[in-house]
Amino acid sequence: MIEVEDVSKHFGDFKALDRVSLRVNQGKLVALLGPSGSGKTTLLRILAGLEQPDAGRIKLGGIDATGLGTRDRRVGFVFQHYALFRHMSVAENVAFGLKVRKGADRPSKAVIAERVHTLLNLVQLEGLAGRYPSQLSGGQRQRVALARALAVEPRLLLLDEPFGALDAQVRKDLRRWLRNLHDEMGLTGVFVTHDQEEALEVADEVVVMNKGRIEQIGTPAEIYDSPATPFVYRFLGNVNAVPCSVTGGAAQVGGLHIGGGAVDGGGTAFVRPHDVEILELSPDLPQATIRQVIVLGPVVRVEVVLPDGTVLDSEVTREHKDKLKLRRGLEVSIFLRKARVFVGG
Amino acid sequence: MQTASTRDPVVVRWLLTAIALGFLALFLALPLVAVLAEAFAKGWDAYWRALSGEDALPAIWLTLLVAVIAVPLNIVFGLAASWAIAKFDFRGKSLLVSLIELPFSVSPVISGLIYVLMFGLQGWLGPWLAEHDLKVVFAVPGIVLATIFVTFPFVARELIPLMEEQGREEEEAALTLGANGWRTFWLVTLPNVRWGLLYGVLLCNARAMGEFGAVSVVSGHIRGLTNTMPLHVEILYNEYDFVGAFAVASLLAVLALVTLAAKTALEWWHRDELVATGH
Repeated sequence: MIEVEDVSKHFGDFKALDRVSLRVNQGKLVALLGPSGSGKTTLLRILAGLEQPDAGRIKLGGIDATGLGTRDRRVGFVFQHYALFRHMSVAENVAFGLKVRKGADRPSKAVIAERVHTLLNLVQLEGLAGRYPSQLSGGQRQRVALARALAVEPRLLLLDEPFGALDAQVRKDLRRWLRNLHDEMGLTGVFVTHDQEEALEVADEVVVMNKGRIEQIGTPAEIYDSPATPFVYRFLGNVNAVPCSVTGGAAQVGGLHIGGGAVDGGGTAFVRPHDVEILELSPDLPQATIRQVIVLGPVVRVEVVLPDGTVLDSEVTREHKDKLKLRRGLEVSIFLRKARVFVGG
Repeated sequence: MQTASTRDPVVVRWLLTAIALGFLALFLALPLVAVLAEAFAKGWDAYWRALSGEDALPAIWLTLLVAVIAVPLNIVFGLAASWAIAKFDFRGKSLLVSLIELPFSVSPVISGLIYVLMFGLQGWLGPWLAEHDLKVVFAVPGIVLATIFVTFPFVARELIPLMEEQGREEEEAALTLGANGWRTFWLVTLPNVRWGLLYGVLLCNARAMGEFGAVSVVSGHIRGLTNTMPLHVEILYNEYDFVGAFAVASLLAVLALVTLAAKTALEWWHRDELVATGH
C-alpha cells in the first residue's frame, strides 16, 4: 500500500505539487492522468525517491519512507525513454539489478542467468538477449525496461509515460499486455500518462491531476460518468462546454431547460456528445439546425446549431443517421440526456 | 541510386579530392617527410647518437614523466568536472565551464608566466618556498604544473557535451535498481563515455608531450635537468645541430603517429560494439 500525505514540491517559483494526498491499495494499478506540468511525473519521482518532497510524507507498506533513498525503496521504475544501459546487451541490462547486490544478497551467476531467461520469456524477448538497445524497436526497448525493473522483485512498479513514445498500434498492444501482466503478477503499480484513453483502459483507478493538485480520484467509470470538476470534464474526452445561466435553480442553454444548479448565476454546462440526442422535428422539443455531418467509422459526428447560435457536437450511430436521413441544413429536434452545470466554472 | 541531377560532375569531384589531398600533402605529409629526411641526413648512426646523447635521454625521460603525471590528473579532473557539470545543477556552473576553457584562450606563454609570478623567487609564494628549500620554478614541479594548466580542458571538453547529451536517466535507472553512486559511476557513467574519454586522453597526452610555450617560461632550460623534448629541439636547432634537432623532433612525430595508430586500432577492434552502441 502506498500513502501520500500532504506532499508539496517546488522547483524555484514553480509549484509542482501542492498538498497532494493519495492512497493506493495493494495490487492496484493506478493512473496519474493530467496535462504536462500537472505534477504527475514529479509525484511519481517522489514515490521512487528520485525527488525529495518539500513537505509531507510518503508511506510504503505502512512504513514512513520519506527519507529513504531510492536504493532502499525496492521500487521498479520504467522511464519514459526507457533509460536502458546503452553499452550493455539486453541480458546484461536485465541482470544489472541482481549483479549490483552485495554479499549474500547477490544470487549466483546461474541463478541470475535463469532469472534473466525467465524474465525475457515473460516479455517475449527470449531471442534478443545478446542485442544492444540501439538494435531494438521502441516496443522491444519498453519491454526490456520492464523486465529490468521486474528483475529486482519490486514491491511497487512505477511507470513514467510508459507508452508515450510508441506507435499507435504498438501502444494498444502493449497496453493490453501490461494490464494482463499486472493481473498475473499482482503488483502494485502507478503509471503516469496524459492520454485519457490509456488511463481509462488500463487502470483500476484514475487520479486526475491539474496544476499540482488532485482534481478527482475514482474508477475509470466514475471519472468518466461523473467528473467532479469542469477540468475533469474537459480533460476526459470530448465535451460540449456551453455558457449558461442558472435562475431559480434551473439552467438554460440556448432555450433548452436542463437540470439545475444549486446556486444562481452564470456558469458552464457540460454535455457529452453522445448525450446530445437528435430526433425528428417535433413541436414539443427544442429545435436545431444541422450544420455539419462527419462520418467517423461506426459513429457519426453531427454539429447542430441552436436558435441562439450555440453550437453543440452530437454523436450518433450510423443506423440512426441513415434512419433520419441526417444531412446539412436539416431541421431537427434535440434532447439532452444528461448535462452537468458548474456555476462560476 | 544517384540520378544524374544529384550527381556532381566528374570534374568537380576530382577537383575537390585533389584539393583535399594536395592540402594534406603540403601541410602534413611534406613536413613529416622533411623531419625524417633531416633526421637521417647523416645516416642511422648519427640519428642514434643524437637520441642517445647525454642531454637527449633526460629530455625524453622528463617529457614522459610530465605526461605520466599530467594525463592521469587530467582524467580525474576531467571526469569530476564533467560529471558535476553535466549531471547536477548548481550555482556558478557557467562560471566553471568558462574557467575550464580558460587555458585555451590564454597564450601558453602567459600561463607559464603566471607560475613564475606565483612561485618564482620574486613571486608571491617565492620567499616561503625558498625558506623551505622547495623548488618549483626552473625545476620539474613547475614544468608539471604548467603542463597541467595548459592541458586541463582536453578531457573535460570532450566529456561535457557527451555526458550532457546522455542525460542522467541511466544513472537514475541504476539507482532504482539498487546500485550505489560508486558502482553507478563504474558500471554506467564511465562505460558510456569511455570513447570520449579515450579521445580526450589522446589529445591531452599529445599536448602534454608537445607543449612548448608555457614549459619554456618555467623550465629555465637547464640541460639534462629541466629540458623537455620540445625545448631540447629548440636548443639543438639554435646550435645548428640539425641532425640532433630533427632526430628528437622525429621522435615526437613518431609518438603522435603511434597515438593515432593506437586509436585507429582500438576503434577497429571494437567496431561491432561501436556500431551497436551508436557511436
